[in-house]
Amino acid sequence: MSETTHDGGVALGKAPSSDEGLTARQLAEKYGLSVSGARPSLPEYVRQLWRRRHFILAFSQAKLTAQYSQARLGQLWQVVTPLLNAAVYYFIFGVILQADRGLAQDTYVPFLVTGVFVFTFTQTSVMSGVRAISGNLGLVRALHFPRASLPISFALQQLQQLLVSMVVLFGVVLAFGSRPGPAWLLIVPALVLQFLFNTGLALIMARMGARTPDLAQLMPFVTRTWMYASGVMFSIDGMLAGRPEWFIRLLQYNPAAVYMDLMRFALIDGYGSSHLPPHVWAAALGWAVVFFVGGFVYFWKAEERYGRG
Amino acid sequence: MAEPERGREQHGGGQRVPTVIVDELHVVYRVNGAKGGKGSATAALNRILRRGGDAARGVRRVHAVKGVSFVAYRGEAIGLIGTNGSGKSTLLKAIAGLLPVENGRIYTDGQPSLLGVNAALMNDLTGERNVYLGGLAMGMSREEIKARYQEIVDFSGINEKGDFISLPMRTYSSGMAARLRFSIAAAKKHDVLMIDEALATGDRKFQKRSEERIRELRKEAGTVFLVSHNNKSIRDTCNRVLWLERGELRMDGPTDEVLKEYEKFTGR
Repeated sequence: MSETTHDGGVALGKAPSSDEGLTARQLAEKYGLSVSGARPSLPEYVRQLWRRRHFILAFSQAKLTAQYSQARLGQLWQVVTPLLNAAVYYFIFGVILQADRGLAQDTYVPFLVTGVFVFTFTQTSVMSGVRAISGNLGLVRALHFPRASLPISFALQQLQQLLVSMVVLFGVVLAFGSRPGPAWLLIVPALVLQFLFNTGLALIMARMGARTPDLAQLMPFVTRTWMYASGVMFSIDGMLAGRPEWFIRLLQYNPAAVYMDLMRFALIDGYGSSHLPPHVWAAALGWAVVFFVGGFVYFWKAEERYGRG
Repeated sequence: MAEPERGREQHGGGQRVPTVIVDELHVVYRVNGAKGGKGSATAALNRILRRGGDAARGVRRVHAVKGVSFVAYRGEAIGLIGTNGSGKSTLLKAIAGLLPVENGRIYTDGQPSLLGVNAALMNDLTGERNVYLGGLAMGMSREEIKARYQEIVDFSGINEKGDFISLPMRTYSSGMAARLRFSIAAAKKHDVLMIDEALATGDRKFQKRSEERIRELRKEAGTVFLVSHNNKSIRDTCNRVLWLERGELRMDGPTDEVLKEYEKFTGR
């Protein structure tokens, strides 16, 4: 908040009340009034948020529907966009740079497509998180609701987007020889954990973006660096073989790489556990819990300050 | 500035129950890059490099509300008047808890709400989905909205000229959109209701209907605040008026007294 004090104007019409002699605070106490715009306690905040669950869901679905409603192909773009992305990366990395080292030929395409889809999920959650508050100031200044509804809603929108594109992903994986098995069930916990992680990250970015909207200009570079370092289009252990162990582990344990690898492991027959670092599920759970809880508390701490111009 | 002592609709046997207490309220907006009038790159750099107060970093401070204090009681309808930019809307938003307070305190009974839902609606969605989205954004439950859905649509009169409610809102004329927005916003009951110049939307027929609806809302609500430049609608609806000028409370009293002074001030 601010350190300045004001000697500003003096109110002329300071009205004495019928409860004469009471200060404003005493009067408020006497009639059970509460401070407007004060931050609720954390449990109370969670309760308020839960009461708004229908709004959160409806808002995310509305955003999703509105997103492509002007385009001729409409909702088809939800699937086509990530697919085109994957095609570009395949052309550059698969064909030109031959970055498929350490992977069989028919593993590389599903490997790449899974990576692109899963990473896009996190990337778009970050980007929409940055703008969740700063891009919706009108809403924040017009209506009263727990502000965390916005970043959570945006993360949820991205999850629904991913679920739609999963259909394409299944198609690609099947086309390259993998067959559905019990391992596919691992998709569910992997997605849940990644969603928690993304939501936490979106909450953090939302608070930072509310204070510094400039982050929206900066984040594409950060996420792009993150993407190239996480092995979206190459296998970390295959590509970096011979580099120091700690360096490989560092890249492998970064949350984006963890969630991508879990999804690939679940979906692709030719992508075995030898590609995964040890205790990868523990890492996935750890990232999810730390970021979700930490992000939530971090966001809540500034609840009463969102909306300042 | 006499304390308005009117015996109107007093609850609890003459005991006046406060619903909103505003105590020495200050609200300050901060505007990035307003210094020098041309958000140039060097000015922006300056802002980042220079530490210290806002002034040193070239952030302009707009002191919109300066030390306003008053107590609003249950059953009062309070008009807020003042020339453009006098801080009326800012004051309402601060009471609603939507703008951070720089200094001072606001105590309220329950959650005061602004009448307005525009920001939650999306032009690319159908009118029907917007009714639900807007209702949910105001904190209504799905069942509540479902129960009032037909009432909202009928009130807006959107379907009088064909089945428009199932078309995206961007296909509406500006008047139609404004009517639907008002209908959604007016569907909810409020303890402390704040209306910001919402009276003048739509055609004459709809204006009449909405004025009536606001009178209904007023009866249901504990306390009503109305911001308007229309002295007639203030006179019709309010029994107490706060006059803000340059962010300061210039006068607080019965409608007639304050409006007389205000009209003298504005030369009308």
